[in-house]
Amino acid sequence: MASLKDKLPAIDPRGFVLPLLLIVVWQAVTSSGWVDTRIIVPPSAVLTAGWKWLNSGLALESIAASLFRDASGFVLGAAAGITIGLLFGTSKLVNNVFGPTFHILKHISIFAWIPLLSAFFGRDDLAKIIFIAFATLYPVALATLEGVRSIARNQYEVADVYGFTPRQALFRLILPAASPQIITGLHLGLIFAWLATMGAEFLLASTGEGLGMTVIRGRAAFRVDLIIFGMLIIGTFGMLLNELATRAETRLLHWRGHAR
Amino acid sequence: MSTTQSLDEPLVIEPVGSLLPRISIPSLGNLPNRFGRIGLGIIFPLLLLYLWQIATERVWLPPQLLPEPAFVWETLVDMVSSGELAGHLAVSLQRVAWSVLIGGSIGLAIGFAMGLSKSAKAYLYPSFSLFSQFPVIAWSPLMIIFFGIDEALKIATITVAVIVPFAVATYKGIENVPVKLREVGQIYQFSFAQTLWRIALPAALPAILGGVRQGCMQAWLALVFVELLASSEGLGYLLVYARNLMQLDVVMVCMATIGLVGLVFDFALGFVERHFSRWAPKGR
Repeated sequence: MASLKDKLPAIDPRGFVLPLLLIVVWQAVTSSGWVDTRIIVPPSAVLTAGWKWLNSGLALESIAASLFRDASGFVLGAAAGITIGLLFGTSKLVNNVFGPTFHILKHISIFAWIPLLSAFFGRDDLAKIIFIAFATLYPVALATLEGVRSIARNQYEVADVYGFTPRQALFRLILPAASPQIITGLHLGLIFAWLATMGAEFLLASTGEGLGMTVIRGRAAFRVDLIIFGMLIIGTFGMLLNELATRAETRLLHWRGHAR
Repeated sequence: MSTTQSLDEPLVIEPVGSLLPRISIPSLGNLPNRFGRIGLGIIFPLLLLYLWQIATERVWLPPQLLPEPAFVWETLVDMVSSGELAGHLAVSLQRVAWSVLIGGSIGLAIGFAMGLSKSAKAYLYPSFSLFSQFPVIAWSPLMIIFFGIDEALKIATITVAVIVPFAVATYKGIENVPVKLREVGQIYQFSFAQTLWRIALPAALPAILGGVRQGCMQAWLALVFVELLASSEGLGYLLVYARNLMQLDVVMVCMATIGLVGLVFDFALGFVERHFSRWAPKGR
């Protein structure tokens, strides 16, 4: 057992075996002529198609369009989610009146809303952004609610003793105390938003640009090279967003380490 | 139900069967009685229903966009009694079942391999974590090329969605098996199979069941997506088909069914999970 190796934080070369093997097999299979290279395109073709696409200027437009939808939907959904979470968390009445409906609706698969949304809002950016916002709303609202509920009663009592106005209670007690959960919820929301962006672009494909729409059009045109490259780009952006969120999370929650 | 604290408070004497639950709502901090809470929870949906009724009566929106509540109800009754809904539901559930079976087995195998063997982890983990970050949705166009738009596509896509939660939960469950238990196994000189059956599996079971629940929820999510994308039967297909004909009553019935199935999955699997986590080892 290479136990010493495992403890080192350095990159373990064994992790590269599988991906390399995949690429070698992929290359070998396609260059040997055993398979239809229209269906299983060689890795080199993916790179060539990707390079062409990146240089065409269409790439930038697609990426920008997707990120714009993602960001707009995320911001709207996050704002609504935090508001809903705060209202549910601070008012028993609001929670009891709207809570059951909110929690029941959560069980409808998010994509099942797309046909209804498209009936009301068409297939353009408006429908897509509403959908992305909706997908972001739930994780953020649930996390915020959890955060607000985790505030200890004695903290409220301190606020009472100091005679905090509701506004002060919100900004000096509730939001800071619930911030770890809220930030975790925002992180989750970011992942959901990207997923929803791709889902919306696949299912509500319209005339505009976008990463998902590029891929879906690639499918219609049977451009497997473009599909694979598009997938890689989608995955890369998803990972970048996740990485960004992780970094922001640790930085924003840095103070907790000292507080304890 | 969020804070156990409030549940433990001395019982407030309930006005049994009170039809005016609003009166019994205490100010912040007290737990309204159960009747009161259910009553309050029903007010909002009833209000929505009323609003919906008014909106259709006064034709605020064209009836194609907003069918009458009674009409949607009729559609529901029709679809249930004709067996149409059950037929599509059965197709969808069958797809989920196969995918959970296949994806679950693969996920369990990967999870066990990474959890039990350090070298398997060294080989698999980096690729797996990369794989797990790719949304299933992004795979679907490629899957269509490989598998066509038939049954294989759905099973393959949903399977991919199931693998990750199963594998992650299994891996973490085994990773968190208390060292004490592993040491006991070593003292008794358990064989690999014995370690697996008597230590790893029982100790990791609650975590694995958590993964099962996650996996089923993911499967349901992926199913709806892939059926919306390309399908000729199933709930998602019915949803798209009805939308294209602007039969929003059918759309609503489908959405309600999808929600109901999700709810049942969540409750049933959550119940199983809680039942088995009772005897989970607590020591670390």
